[in-house]
Amino acid sequence: MATHTLDITKEHCPMTFVKTKIKLAQIAEGDILEVILLEGEPLKNVPKSATEQGYNVLDVSHVEGNIYKVTIKK
Amino acid sequence: MADQKKLSLIAFSGDFDRLTAVFTLATGAAALGYEVNIFFTFWGLDAIKQKKGRSFVGNSFLTKIFGFLMGGLSSTPTSRFNFFGFGPKIFRFLMKKNNVATLEELVEAATALGVNLYACEMAMHVLGLKQSDFIHEVKDTLGVASFLEISDGGRTMFI
Repeated sequence: MATHTLDITKEHCPMTFVKTKIKLAQIAEGDILEVILLEGEPLKNVPKSATEQGYNVLDVSHVEGNIYKVTIKK
Repeated sequence: MADQKKLSLIAFSGDFDRLTAVFTLATGAAALGYEVNIFFTFWGLDAIKQKKGRSFVGNSFLTKIFGFLMGGLSSTPTSRFNFFGFGPKIFRFLMKKNNVATLEELVEAATALGVNLYACEMAMHVLGLKQSDFIHEVKDTLGVASFLEISDGGRTMFI
């Protein structure tokens, strides 16, 4: 079981959740994906879209300033 | 999946800005798990041409001239502020500078996410285009009846 990291702090809608979805499709079943993102639209939509697609959002934590980390299990 | 949400877009416009809207909605919806269909017709067909620049695609003198004037994805004009072709260049620069996905990146993401691309059979006939003139991701050429069938049960937008 591997842990992958994806930094989407420089991305905007729709590439924030598009890149997350593509990355989730590439990793193996059971792997963990840590998504580094900004508050606002990405923080609201990335966990929501992951849950809607049947992935398990394990944790949402504050990193620093306006940066957050969303941990998703495939 | 019987209960999968569905979005069907009719891409009529061949304008850079309107096509950006088409592919932004398409990629966003596909990433959210929607089944997405785009039906390209008339000017919209420029977006899916194999040749991205200007080329004489067509099957007669007139349609070849049309094909050249219409161009492909990289020669699409903006609906406003086109400035004889400089407008799209300025917008591409601004989008890159602000890290917003460009039209080409959105098209690539759309095909990677499995968005279904269809071409309008009637418009192709008028413009003298064949399915082989389009990128190979184009699934099929359709008419109104098939489009209505495909889009049934979902939301449809005309752009």
